[in-house]
Amino acid sequence: MAKILGGITTSHIPAVGNAIQKELYDDPYWKPFFDGYPKVHKWIQDNKPDYVINIYNDHGLGFFLDRMPTFAIGAAHEYKNEDEGWGLPSLDPFPGAPELSWHIIESMVADEFDITSCQELPVDHGFVVPMQLFWPGAPHHPDMPKTVPISANTVQHPIPTLKRALDFGRSLRKALLSFPEKDAKIVVLGTGGLSHQLDGQRAGFINKEFDQYCLENIVHNPDELTKISRMELVEKAGAQGTEFLMWMMMRGALGDDVTEITRNYHIPISNTAAGTLLLECAA
Amino acid sequence: MADMPAFDYHIDIPGTTIFDGKQAMKGYALNKMCYSFNKAENREAFKADEEAFMEKYGLNDQQKQAIRDRNVLGLIEAGGNIYYLAKFAGIFGLSVQDVGGLQTGRSTEEFKDYLKSQA
Repeated sequence: MAKILGGITTSHIPAVGNAIQKELYDDPYWKPFFDGYPKVHKWIQDNKPDYVINIYNDHGLGFFLDRMPTFAIGAAHEYKNEDEGWGLPSLDPFPGAPELSWHIIESMVADEFDITSCQELPVDHGFVVPMQLFWPGAPHHPDMPKTVPISANTVQHPIPTLKRALDFGRSLRKALLSFPEKDAKIVVLGTGGLSHQLDGQRAGFINKEFDQYCLENIVHNPDELTKISRMELVEKAGAQGTEFLMWMMMRGALGDDVTEITRNYHIPISNTAAGTLLLECAA
Repeated sequence: MADMPAFDYHIDIPGTTIFDGKQAMKGYALNKMCYSFNKAENREAFKADEEAFMEKYGLNDQQKQAIRDRNVLGLIEAGGNIYYLAKFAGIFGLSVQDVGGLQTGRSTEEFKDYLKSQA
């Protein structure tokens, strides 16, 4: 049976891709952000996951408003990174794991989660930037795991509730643990957040106090966070801070017993309060 | 469409437009045009003839005027979703700090200072 090693969260700001390309690791603006990753790199090197479940939110590349799935799971042999409209260079395709994808889809639909399966899914910065941060040189890192992307809708309300996101993760956990490949090692990513708002007269809004509350509780008390309503999440985390839902989905997949390995929090990167967290599952 | 006050989403958050079904219906043509800007050929076609491109996507007068004026708040008012509008802003090489400044009456530098002030 498969094993879930742990979960890693990170912000997925497009500007990070640019900073990586220009190798701005020691630039005074970027250093406090990039300093959050060496411990993650070491953990990945020590544990060498075979599969990475990348939970992110599409930003208008893979999906348009004509058909907007609440929860979509990739089931492709590979995932192409395409132009999002800014003309930035695209990365090479990421190798998929369709047998694991279909196992998850079968298991979660049987568990009464209604999933949209995607045999083609172009992936944007929400998926790609975390891969670059965790596996430098991705997708050509020598230990690059095969991937299953999972995208949740935060583009258009109604978005899922925090409780639904956590429950989704718990159902995903059951699916992963029952994957019949012997000794398969899996890591789960939750990408996006933390507080930020891009649109309206309130653009630029960041809420350190609320982010710290979320960071504190998500480690050992994620159910507490399900009391936050979606509108409260918009109000306190900003219109795009709703990406915290991905963190909740990731957290649900880890089970109750986790150990915090590292954490980083920095304001601002681009318009965002950037957060990184690595949680290891009990053996 | 009538308001639906019983719903969770019907609360007022100053300076924030909840992009819900109502906005999604209002802004569909505008957002569809901006979604097309994912492809370089569509960005080029827009730059070559903005009016014809807007006509092709069926934008209404309010949306067309906001596009002509590069009025980000006006585009949101007309049903634009920021994730698609970001692709429109990208045509002009604007960063999200530029767009933030435009919406809040700040210069880009002032907007960056505001972000830092919340650390």
